[in-house]
Amino acid sequence: MSVGLFIPCYIDQFYPDVGIATLELLEQFGVKVDFPEGQTCCGQPMTNAGCVDDARPLAHRFLHLFKAYDYVVAPSASCVAMVRHHYESHLGNHPDYESLKVKTYELCEFLVEVLKVETLDLSFPYRVGLHESCHGLRELRMGQSSELVGTAFSKSRQLLELIDGLEITTLKRPDECCGFGGTFAVNQEAVSCMMGLDRVADHEQADTQVLTATDMSCLMHLDGLIRRQKKPIHVMHIAQILAGRKPAEVTA
Amino acid sequence: MTTKSHDHAAKAKQFISNPEKAHWHDEALWFIREKRDKQVHSLPEWERLRELASQIKAHTISKLGSYLVAFEEQATALGAQVHWAKDGEEHNRIVHGILKNHGVQRVVKSKSMLTEECHLNPYLEKQGIEVVDTDLGERIVQLRHEPPSHIVLPAIHIKKEEVGELFHEHLGTDQGATDPDYLTEAARHHLREKFMEADAGITGVNFAIAETGGIVICTNEGNADLGVSLPKLHIACMGLEKLIPRMEDLSIFIRLLARSATGQPITTYTSHFHGPIADGELHIVLLDNGRSALRLNRAFSEALNCIRCGACMNTCPVYRRSGGHSYSATVPGPIGSVLNPVQDAGTYHSLPFACSLCGSCTDVCPVKIPLHHQLLALRNHIRLKGHLAWGKKMTMTLAAGVLGSPFLFRFFGALARRVLKTFPGLMNNRFNTWGKQRDLPTPPVTSFASWYKKNRRGDGA
Repeated sequence: MSVGLFIPCYIDQFYPDVGIATLELLEQFGVKVDFPEGQTCCGQPMTNAGCVDDARPLAHRFLHLFKAYDYVVAPSASCVAMVRHHYESHLGNHPDYESLKVKTYELCEFLVEVLKVETLDLSFPYRVGLHESCHGLRELRMGQSSELVGTAFSKSRQLLELIDGLEITTLKRPDECCGFGGTFAVNQEAVSCMMGLDRVADHEQADTQVLTATDMSCLMHLDGLIRRQKKPIHVMHIAQILAGRKPAEVTA
Repeated sequence: MTTKSHDHAAKAKQFISNPEKAHWHDEALWFIREKRDKQVHSLPEWERLRELASQIKAHTISKLGSYLVAFEEQATALGAQVHWAKDGEEHNRIVHGILKNHGVQRVVKSKSMLTEECHLNPYLEKQGIEVVDTDLGERIVQLRHEPPSHIVLPAIHIKKEEVGELFHEHLGTDQGATDPDYLTEAARHHLREKFMEADAGITGVNFAIAETGGIVICTNEGNADLGVSLPKLHIACMGLEKLIPRMEDLSIFIRLLARSATGQPITTYTSHFHGPIADGELHIVLLDNGRSALRLNRAFSEALNCIRCGACMNTCPVYRRSGGHSYSATVPGPIGSVLNPVQDAGTYHSLPFACSLCGSCTDVCPVKIPLHHQLLALRNHIRLKGHLAWGKKMTMTLAAGVLGSPFLFRFFGALARRVLKTFPGLMNNRFNTWGKQRDLPTPPVTSFASWYKKNRRGDGA
């Protein structure tokens, strides 16, 4: 099995340890991982800003770099959602797009669905707040959103529950948006920050020690608010917890 | 960009400048969302109902012409008079014409977003006709001379203390009274007089049934029933998209509507009108106002599925924190952010951006309108129409240029990290929008790509 690792642009530049943790985690499971050179961005910022044409070359670059692998894995639900659901207008007619769509996975999805991970030899004795990212939930369907009626499940929660000593905290609003939303975070700064502060307050009342998610973009926004207000909550990407990092080793 | 254009972000910021009220507004609507959740989770067939409703709507919209003709035939056979209006102006002219023919001076109106869309009240008032909104929330906003801020809960932005002051001024209630029961009772007496004096009743329509020619109106206060039972003249105003094919389809929508709207299993009054009352007249005004154009717009036509339940507003984290008036539109929230800019991209270009793309609206929608995907598609539509600010376009083109070249990406990434590391105060200040309330990440020494090169490819040192 060959896996091409996609590291989103902002993780590459600002959170290299999230990339390293993802790589180490996959290697622990015996996966042969390659990180193709020349990758940059999935094109989501341009698409979300309404500049779809600007994203087109990035979609083609992505396809070109990753089409040869059996699987593509990225530690970001949002970027995977971009590839799976929003490349249609760029690559809809390309013969390799269908297979790219089905073989591109978010990290937790890949661990649960492809590697079928059922045990983890890990201890993490902390109260963990899981932020279910909107694109993980409502684009990739990595869990059941609270609006829909059906059996509850969450792939990221399933993995965290395998860890010894880890306790997942109970939130009042289990899957409300953090307010990052890409350019929304800046264009609608007031609403974005109020949404983020409300999420942080929910984690505070739930007594969260470590806040985690599948998406570092949500966490970058929440961590920015947490640090500005000097709240005692550590922020870690889920790959960092799954790779065995401890809160003290990680500086966001 | 037109001079009329609205900036949602500025109005939202203004709303949030009173954080206590913004939080109260958020909690009030979240309470409704939780009530809705409780109701829908008690129905195991909920997702099947949504799917059926969505398919029935898609089918009806695809054959809208023949269903409209069938409805007109059946309604006429029942003794109703059917009128067709291409836009709001024609709609208002028709309604006024009917009222004038009957010498009507006073009208009671039950809640109708369609008449808000046409701005019927000011039109009739200009002609010397008194129009009284009889839904409690609508009456409150009418007395305040402001538009509704929500399509189901028109006065959700107003606190009971403010209602107390308003009623003291207009209805003579005790000064400083805030007890909801007392205030509601006062409104009831005030409205009862208006019902007794009225010469005609105007209502909206929730569903029109092509097979029978009947119309269905759902209210919680029974005000529509009173308003059309006392006067002999009933004018029902509806958009073309309110049609459903058969009586048996109605049960699906009735089960979805109240649960989605207010978390009730059913509205208190679900009233069926088949033709006029004895010795009375029933006029049904069918309004297009852009609906048939939307029907032909494949990217956004599913928005015609909307049954105006307001669930997308109650769940929207942006709406809850910015208030309905920040949208400057008759229909606010996610569905309004689709309907308004599709019709008028110049005025409403900021609305599709008043969204974090969380997708909660799509999952809550009882008729499965893919709202957040439509909002995303609309952003591109707005750029193509030339309403995206030059600065934003330029930023994205520059970003695409940098991200399109691995060399430039590495170069600028390293530069940004170095600058931030050397001058950490540079970005965490009020001149940088990100940094007003948020710290930036602590820049690392190397990127992942450099780390990988060194540690996995064994390059460099």
